[in-house]
Amino acid sequence: MVELETTQDVKDLHKIFVEDVYGIPGGDKIRQCQQCGTCSGSCPTSSFMEYGPREVIAAFRAGELDKVVRSNTIWLCTSCYSCTVRCPAGIKVTDIMYELKRLAIKYKSWPRDCKNPALSKIMIDNIEKYGRNYEVGLLAKFTMTHKPSLGVKFAGLGTRLFMSGRMPLRPSPIKGRDEIAKIVAVLETKEVAG
Amino acid sequence: MNGQKIAVYVCNCGTNIGGKVDVDEVVKWAEKQPGVAVARGYKYMCSDPGQGLIQSDIKEHGIDRVVVAACSPTMHEPTFRKACADGGLNPYLCQMANIREHCSWVTEDPEAATAKTKRIINAQIHRLPWNEPLNPIEVPVNPDVLVVGGGIAGIEAALKLSATGKKVYLVEKDPSIGGHMAMFDKTFPTLDCAACILTPKMSAAGKDPNIEMLAYSEVTQVDGYVGNFKVKVKKKARYVDIDKCTGCGACQEVCVVRKVKSEFDVGLGYRSAIYIPFPQAVPLRATIDPVKCLTLSKGKCAKQPCVPACGPEAIDFAQQDEYLDIEVGAIIMATGFELWDAAEEQRYGYGRLDNVITSLEFERLSNASGPTGGHITCKNGEAPKSVAILHCVGSRDENYQEFCSRVCCMYSLKFAHLIKEHLPEAEVYQLYIDMRTYGKGYEEFYKRLMDEGVHFVRGRAAEVSEVALSPEEEGHLVVKAEDTLLGITRRLPVDMVILSAGLAPRKDAKAVSQVFGFGCSANGFFLERHPKLEPVSTITDGIFIAGCCQYPKDIPDTVAQAGAAAAGALALVDNPTVKVEPTISYIDPEKCAGCHICVNICPHAAINWNDDQGVAEVIEAACKGCGVCVAACGSNVPQQRGYLDSQIFAEIEGAMAL
Amino acid sequence: MSLRYSYFPGCSAEATGKAYDISARVVCKKLGIDLVEIPDWNCCGATSYISIRELESFGVSARNLAIAQEMGDMDVVATCSACYTILAKTNRYLAEDDALHETINEALAAAGRSYDGSLTVRHLLDVIVNDLGCEAVSDKVARRLTKLKVAPYYGCQASRPKGTFDDPEFPVSLDRLLEAMGAEPVYYPVKTKCCGGMLMMTEEEAALRLNLELLQCARDNGADVIVTMCPLCEMNVEAYQSMVNKRFGTDFNIPVMYFTQLLGVALGVESKRLALDKQIVPVDKVLAKVPA
Repeated sequence: MVELETTQDVKDLHKIFVEDVYGIPGGDKIRQCQQCGTCSGSCPTSSFMEYGPREVIAAFRAGELDKVVRSNTIWLCTSCYSCTVRCPAGIKVTDIMYELKRLAIKYKSWPRDCKNPALSKIMIDNIEKYGRNYEVGLLAKFTMTHKPSLGVKFAGLGTRLFMSGRMPLRPSPIKGRDEIAKIVAVLETKEVAG
Repeated sequence: MNGQKIAVYVCNCGTNIGGKVDVDEVVKWAEKQPGVAVARGYKYMCSDPGQGLIQSDIKEHGIDRVVVAACSPTMHEPTFRKACADGGLNPYLCQMANIREHCSWVTEDPEAATAKTKRIINAQIHRLPWNEPLNPIEVPVNPDVLVVGGGIAGIEAALKLSATGKKVYLVEKDPSIGGHMAMFDKTFPTLDCAACILTPKMSAAGKDPNIEMLAYSEVTQVDGYVGNFKVKVKKKARYVDIDKCTGCGACQEVCVVRKVKSEFDVGLGYRSAIYIPFPQAVPLRATIDPVKCLTLSKGKCAKQPCVPACGPEAIDFAQQDEYLDIEVGAIIMATGFELWDAAEEQRYGYGRLDNVITSLEFERLSNASGPTGGHITCKNGEAPKSVAILHCVGSRDENYQEFCSRVCCMYSLKFAHLIKEHLPEAEVYQLYIDMRTYGKGYEEFYKRLMDEGVHFVRGRAAEVSEVALSPEEEGHLVVKAEDTLLGITRRLPVDMVILSAGLAPRKDAKAVSQVFGFGCSANGFFLERHPKLEPVSTITDGIFIAGCCQYPKDIPDTVAQAGAAAAGALALVDNPTVKVEPTISYIDPEKCAGCHICVNICPHAAINWNDDQGVAEVIEAACKGCGVCVAACGSNVPQQRGYLDSQIFAEIEGAMAL
Repeated sequence: MSLRYSYFPGCSAEATGKAYDISARVVCKKLGIDLVEIPDWNCCGATSYISIRELESFGVSARNLAIAQEMGDMDVVATCSACYTILAKTNRYLAEDDALHETINEALAAAGRSYDGSLTVRHLLDVIVNDLGCEAVSDKVARRLTKLKVAPYYGCQASRPKGTFDDPEFPVSLDRLLEAMGAEPVYYPVKTKCCGGMLMMTEEEAALRLNLELLQCARDNGADVIVTMCPLCEMNVEAYQSMVNKRFGTDFNIPVMYFTQLLGVALGVESKRLALDKQIVPVDKVLAKVPA
């Protein structure tokens, strides 16, 4: 468990960020940001973000990514790709947002009231357990452990969905669950290695 | 044979060479080589004393071959050859050995550098005995000049040349000269009216006895070489006799086809099928559009009202295109630009949303002689209460044009001023990334606009939408952008959006460059010979470029470049002859088997077939010395002077000997 | 041209997006498009997996491509736009980055599989409009939807990033398909705006605002129904309409259908075979406007 506490932590965060982002095809384009604001202007949720996508890159340049990683910004990204399509410098903004999500999880840094990481983690658990997403299980676990109020809110809708057959109660596990486990295991060692 | 008295000079070039190569050791080694009479090291061979060394050695030691081991021949071969010539030695008996770009600059290892230096010099020591004296070829020069393109660049170049007494052909594809500048309203930073400063020049060009005006014409073929270009010009049929037409305009008033989108008004206004493009046109003559004219396209215009309306009886439906063959010594390309097509970027809604217009369209709206009489109005005829001007449309963008178009920041500021002038109550928003106001008087212009109450928002517009999300936005266009200085997303409801689109190379630029025989750069504009030192020449001797066809630029720079191109052309055509490098191909008629391979393969069309003798012949002035014929000939007949097989093989032996 | 494809239904197909899967299969059969389900397919990873672990997300996604490859040289078709984007992205990154491809293949090998990168990933809309063609669809239409005004909602994942089958800002494929059905696609300038994806569960306010804009524009342009091509979009725009109403005091009651459901109606398939009973906002008004 690593938190972003010391200056060295922040430096390491930047180092890892740079390595990972440059590893994405076209990722090194981040260097050419004109700070024009097209990304933030295009982003459907930027007005809810503490730092819009442009500010994220500015923060990176100023060595202040830790502030971004602690904010709600990246969890509001829906990966709609509007920023990536319109960026005049060809920067893969959406991929950078994904990278920041991963770093936030790694450093366990996100706002207390932000539930997105929890939701994503439960979904991954389901995928590794069943091979497929198990929507009822996802909703149930998520609402019960993180947002009970949501469970109440969704109760009505959930019932209607169930009644129309859109909410099967049981998961449908695949046969190749062990294949998923093996694939993930091999790649996990590679992640650690480099 | 000759070549037993070789002088070897090893230049230190400061520390560029001397810092890595052991020059003293090389000089000691060179002294011992067979055929070398003198070997010296020196700090800067290209300097006057350095050159002086060569000249005194020629005189005092009877040197008859020279090797200068220094930088690249591209840098200083002409320098050292001239030094030899001035010292009394044929310049082609001097070779350079590149021990900088090919040696000291490409290694960190001093030992390797010194060893390679010796090999490079040895190659030249072996080659030089095979060098023969050569003399430059002089070809006569035609004193006339062709200027292609009648915008401000072409007009300026033509006037400058005419002032020196030279005859100039001015070819322009549109019915009138004037180009894009004639369409503008006011020009920055002085806010001179474009037409007021342009029309005197247009008029002067039209009346100038030295300028042969070939408007509504295009160049179709170019042959020949520097000093001797043979150009075919197609004079398109106007279907109006320009000797009779007085430009009174009566015809266009009565023509039955009235609703043709006017090119001069960028489609915002209309013209007739027979038309004069604008009132100050030069030449002031009518032209019939063969596609829209009912007589010419369909053979059925019952009334043909233009005919009786024309007093001088100038209408001639039977007129044909004419072809003209002209000969000139130099050519200046001044074909200008196109505006980048804003419809490519659909998030701004150009072509889809009303009242989203381009910069050129705005120029016509603001211009008093434009389609709205100078009234800036929306499509519904009402004046806009708020206008947003969006910078960098299609520019600085990897998805479209990567380069910055230079003039858009200034013309966007100009538009803001014009709007405030016409509509003092209007709100004007400038959405920019950077404010590029670099020229003389430009920063002051920017400050002036700040004083005029324009709202500057630093943020590139993300999109223009007609979807209203609040009552204030109903009935407006909404420009969405991040105000990057504040870090908030703003939605600006406006009545009109002006897209400051960038300047693009003309779509036919590549094709045109191929007709004339020079190249284009990666971004599509005409390629200059050197970006800093030779901005108005091209790779082809005798062909010059000026204005926006070379790269976007403002009027001051265009006029300056036009003058520079005129000077370049004049430097060429003001002499009776021009010297051409003699390192060209020679075909021995005794040996030529007459197979035609070289005739067909020459990329410069410089080899003729001599029918009488049944052999191929090199046209000396056209040959560029590329060596393709030498390589292609199966009988090894063509030899390139200065690059004979004997010389090349000797060089190889010298390089491999160590 | 052989209209045979390997089919990736996606996890929603078994749950909230069931109607999409059912109607897609029925409609494809009627159009002569052969969809062969990829056996034992696994979740593509959606936007969640890659948010936590990148390399593993590519591996998990690539397993589907590996299985698809074993089925033969067919294009892989997805109905869910998110699945489409993720499988296509995996495919593209494997093609652009040899080192990544090698690593992923190593992982696949542990599971006894491999993928050489030669398949193409398609969206069902792309296949119908570009492989089969709107003309062919029009020929098979039994009930022309002449009185129906439809808002074509493309969403973001099928339109972007660039290089998909249509323009990222103003695509036209779905509009053309609707015209082929005889319907009138209304002017819908927000057609590629994001619905919020999974945001409704975690950032409700933002998601509600996004959907407000989508619903508002549909109503303002007189749409009788909104059609979508992604189960997430459908869920957001349809199932959460009541939440939007509650938050903003609006009274939206706009039916939302998958384009395959509407296509099925046009092709003359009975409503009950198109899972039209699964909608939260009832579609009776829509069906009433369709001639028998």
